[in-house]
Amino acid sequence: MEDLAFGLIVAITLGSAFMVVQGKQLLYSAIALLFTLFGVAGLYIFMWADFMAGVQIVIYIGGILVLLIFGIMLTNKITSVNISHTSLQRGAGVLVALSVLSFLVVMIGRTPWLEKTALEPAQTADGIGMLLMMEYLLPFEVASLLLLGALIGAAMLSRNVD
Amino acid sequence: MTVDQLIDWFPISATWPGLTFLLAVLICAVPVFLFIAVYALVVIYGELKISSFMQDKVGPMGQGVGLHAWRWGLLQPVADALKLILKEDIIPASADKKLFILAPFIVFIGAFIAFSALPFSQTLIIADMNIGVFYILAVSSLGVIGLIMAGWSSNNKWSLYGAMRSAAQIISYEIPAALSIIAVIMLTSTMSMQGIIQYQSGFIWGFLPNWLIFNNPFMFVAFFIFFISGVAECNRTPFDIPEAESELVAGAFTEYSGMRYAFFFLSEYANMFVVAGVAATAFLGGWQSPIPGIFNSPAWGLWWFMSKTMFLIFVMIWFRWTFPRLRVDQLMSACWKGFTPIALVNIFGVGIWYLTLG
Repeated sequence: MEDLAFGLIVAITLGSAFMVVQGKQLLYSAIALLFTLFGVAGLYIFMWADFMAGVQIVIYIGGILVLLIFGIMLTNKITSVNISHTSLQRGAGVLVALSVLSFLVVMIGRTPWLEKTALEPAQTADGIGMLLMMEYLLPFEVASLLLLGALIGAAMLSRNVD
Repeated sequence: MTVDQLIDWFPISATWPGLTFLLAVLICAVPVFLFIAVYALVVIYGELKISSFMQDKVGPMGQGVGLHAWRWGLLQPVADALKLILKEDIIPASADKKLFILAPFIVFIGAFIAFSALPFSQTLIIADMNIGVFYILAVSSLGVIGLIMAGWSSNNKWSLYGAMRSAAQIISYEIPAALSIIAVIMLTSTMSMQGIIQYQSGFIWGFLPNWLIFNNPFMFVAFFIFFISGVAECNRTPFDIPEAESELVAGAFTEYSGMRYAFFFLSEYANMFVVAGVAATAFLGGWQSPIPGIFNSPAWGLWWFMSKTMFLIFVMIWFRWTFPRLRVDQLMSACWKGFTPIALVNIFGVGIWYLTLG
């Protein structure tokens, strides 16, 4: 049963990811991305990372994807704009892609992966909170400072300066 | 009864795990869907009557030949539902068909799957997740995508304006709502819905329920911020600029008719229930009885949860017929310059209160 659900989620993720890449229309790609991101949230749940799954949905679907669609709707006319996939230098592209693929296959084979724990952890969120607030406080604060800078910068750029 | 208990309870769960899982999911999902449909009929009738009484009218009193209820126009919502089912389902020629058909489902799914974490009573919850309240906040953002799809695919300027307005409004008001929930999580130190309710058991000085709204003054403010933001997230008046009928016809739903329109309507009412249910759970003690010592059985728990939730829904209806609609700029400045800073101050206040007096 778990294998079936896992297979279904992987199929949805990969299938919609393919549609994102191959979509002729920008908005269709963005909508397909919704299912990809949802599938990734499902994969997190399979790793007992329920909090991460929630964060994935809040940030990527509720935030970034909405912003993406907003951008598409603000820049394009309502009539759909077709985007063409012109691939330049196919030969070199295939070579690079194949070498990356073989590299990944070798690395995935060699890495000593963590074995899946069979037991459900009681709480996942408080562990993350403890680590963020104690061990990784400095990187956390630096990241939030960066975000604050981006926020102020965006406000500065969008302001009408006479 | 949670899904896990249901799966364990089935006699065939060992031999047919896949089938059991499917059955358990269906047994949980179908009653929730029926509940939403029946509850929507009740609230639509309530909204018609309450709005009429507030305007010194009598409201619906009869439905014409062949559809007379006993009295008070009790069959009005049934007649409305029948009308919506029988209406022609129109897809505009210039609309984007695929997205136009998909949009109502995405909006409804966003409201529907949030029900799986609502604690109806001590024992009646579909899944008591570790991240319950966070899960509800997360999946409610799905509806925004559906609204944008509806507005864009209708290929109509009013629809597009409505969709853009509602998306901007929903993602803005999510922030104060989530910040006031953070204040709740700080006190309860759990995100499980049942855990939050269990934290609120007992009484202060023997008579005042130990609900989070009475926990400290900051939580009292947080409740109102959460509730008002929730009303805004449901696109209800006074925050209904996305479908302001005097400016935008019906916003993102302008081109929809028949059952597809009904699904948007149903998800609006379902969203109201989710917001009211989360407010009742996080601030008003959920299924806890307000009277010390009695009425605390699971059956009474269902009664208390429903009565608290329905009261908050009544307040939403009350809002709708009391306040005029806000302008777009007023709406945004209320959120970003009013609610968000207050919610942030609240987090500090709750933290300091917890460290000094808690």
